[in-house]
Amino acid sequence: MKILVGIKRVVDYNVRVRVLPDGSGVDIDGVKMSINPFDEIALEEALRIKEAGKAAEVIVISCGTDECQQQLRTALAMGADRAIQVKTGSALQPLSTAQALLRVIEREQPGLVILGKQAIDDDNSQTGQMLAALWNRPQATFASKLVFEGEKLTVTREVDAGLETIEVDLPAVVTVDLRLNEPRFVKLPDIMKAKRKPLDVIPLEELGASLASNLDITRYAAPPLRQKGIRVENAAQLVQELKNRGLL
Amino acid sequence: MSKILIVAEHDGHTLNLSTAKCVSCAKAIGGDIDIAVLGQGHDAVGAQAAALAGVSRVLMISAAHLAHPLAANWAPEVLQLAANYTHVIGPSTTMGKDLMPRVAALVGVNQFSDVMEVLSPLSFRRPIYAGNAIIDVKAAEGQKIVMTVRTASWPATGSGGNAVVEQRTAQGTAAGHSRYLALNSAGSERPDLQGASKVVSGGRALGSAEGFALIYRLADKLGAGVGASRAAVDAGYVPSDMQVGQTGKIIAPDLYLAFGISGAIQHITGIKDSRTIVAVNKDAEAPIFEIADIGLVGDLFTVIPEIEALLG
Ligand SMILES: Cc1cc2nc3c(=O)[nH]c(=O)nc-3n(C[C@H](O)[C@H](O)[C@H](O)COP(=O)(O)OP(=O)(O)OC[C@H]3O[C@@H](n4cnc5c(N)ncnc54)[C@H](O)[C@@H]3O)c2cc1C
Ligand SMILES: Nc1ncnc2c1ncn2[C@@H]1O[C@H](COP(=O)(O)O)[C@@H](O)[C@H]1O
Repeated sequence: MKILVGIKRVVDYNVRVRVLPDGSGVDIDGVKMSINPFDEIALEEALRIKEAGKAAEVIVISCGTDECQQQLRTALAMGADRAIQVKTGSALQPLSTAQALLRVIEREQPGLVILGKQAIDDDNSQTGQMLAALWNRPQATFASKLVFEGEKLTVTREVDAGLETIEVDLPAVVTVDLRLNEPRFVKLPDIMKAKRKPLDVIPLEELGASLASNLDITRYAAPPLRQKGIRVENAAQLVQELKNRGLL
Repeated sequence: MSKILIVAEHDGHTLNLSTAKCVSCAKAIGGDIDIAVLGQGHDAVGAQAAALAGVSRVLMISAAHLAHPLAANWAPEVLQLAANYTHVIGPSTTMGKDLMPRVAALVGVNQFSDVMEVLSPLSFRRPIYAGNAIIDVKAAEGQKIVMTVRTASWPATGSGGNAVVEQRTAQGTAAGHSRYLALNSAGSERPDLQGASKVVSGGRALGSAEGFALIYRLADKLGAGVGASRAAVDAGYVPSDMQVGQTGKIIAPDLYLAFGISGAIQHITGIKDSRTIVAVNKDAEAPIFEIADIGLVGDLFTVIPEIEALLG
């Protein structure tokens, strides 16, 4: 079985993103870029499945400009076998990404596709669900545990009410939550080795995917500021302050 | 005029509060509002939906394969209904986040996620980058709108409605490749985190599951719901459904009390719509103080018992 893992290049989670003064976008000039943290978890899971002898190959895929090759190389250094860049000039919205992923799935025939539950830049949380719909296959979103039984996969999902378990037939799309695993660190020699692993570049047009129309972003704004608060010295003052405000 | 369909969230017996919040968002769009209630043997939920103010019709669709909200089974059903509507809306809860993008893909459109404000029937406001930026997003004229509603941004619509309840037959059958097995819910008597007017939260500083008992005790004294930072969940002090933040629950209680939480951006984004934020942290430089309305620099292990004593 092959496993396909989605890798999105995003602004690192430690960066506090700011809106450009003219409202035309966010200022991400020169900021640190990383693999979307959920995608690291997705890749870690794929690698563990392969190490347990349940998969033969782990393929990482990113749709984006040539800059995303950096994140694909990191993914190869983590242990992926090969990488695919679907080359695009501009950022894709989730439905287009799902359409492009589907075309690659048709070529590669993976038994499992693992994506992040959400990209921490656009916070969309759509791509995996959309891919599963277009592919007409099961989706197991927000996964915190995967257990294989032959062609079936039992997935524990983090839902608002607790932990839900569902069973899906393969092939399937899984999107991962934070508690699934802790991704490994990349070792220096592996970075060297990763340079020799295959990274195929497929221009988006070559995939023949007809892309959905994008939603149009008309304005970016900074979030409203909260009013500056006060400091209290001790528990008694705190309780008094809450009483004064009618909160206790 | 817009024709709006809301997909109800429920557990088979009780309508989730998120549905009443979706109705408020639908009212802001303006138009005729219907609610689809998918499930099995869930008539009580239909009655609750019909009582929401501002709803015209409640469409009850009952079938064995719809008993649990498996997106693979629900999405084709919602797609069939969607033909008659300009807008299809679900809550930005784990149920809505799972289902609605699958619906959107079947419709053939990108989804508006986490709508916090309606600018026009085609244009909506939503947060990105963990709430560090707010964007206005517009759909093309004539495009069907599929969206999730950021529940923390909307009040629940009131009751007093009297919608017509219609029974419909399911159009589809089970997808066959996906099976619901179980829900493991800690089930507590405390107010639900997403609906509570007061929430007490603890972070890594609590140190252990036993240490977290301090938070529960104070919450019970205040009649509050209980939340946690990711660090507290990852460390196993509390279950995952208590995580508040960018990738957990987004909440907006009247009073949020954070004990031993540093205030990482991912946490802040989940609480910054709270009316009053209180932070207790022993580090005077902790970023949580930047957004707290009332800050107290101190050790939570002494402060919490003191507060309890003062509350009597
Ligand atoms: C992809 C991604 C998604 C994430 N999503 C979320 C999310 O949804 N929600 C979330 O919360 N986090 C999330 N995080 C994690 C976030 O970045 C922080 O790591 C996390 O919020 C820290 O939790 P904490 O404040 O409990 O722990 P810490 O940052 O370790 O802070 C502990 C605080 O306790 C204080 N303290 C220690 N002892 C005491 C004491 N005795 N009395 C009083 N104060 C004390 C310390 O001064 C410190 O400020 C996410 C991270 C990533 C990468
Ligand atoms: N451009 C992309 N290239 C590869 N994978 C992507 C891309 N965009 C999104 N994904 C995958 O889809 C997941 C969810 O993204 P989103 O729906 O944008 O929140 C991410 O965690 C990735 O695994």
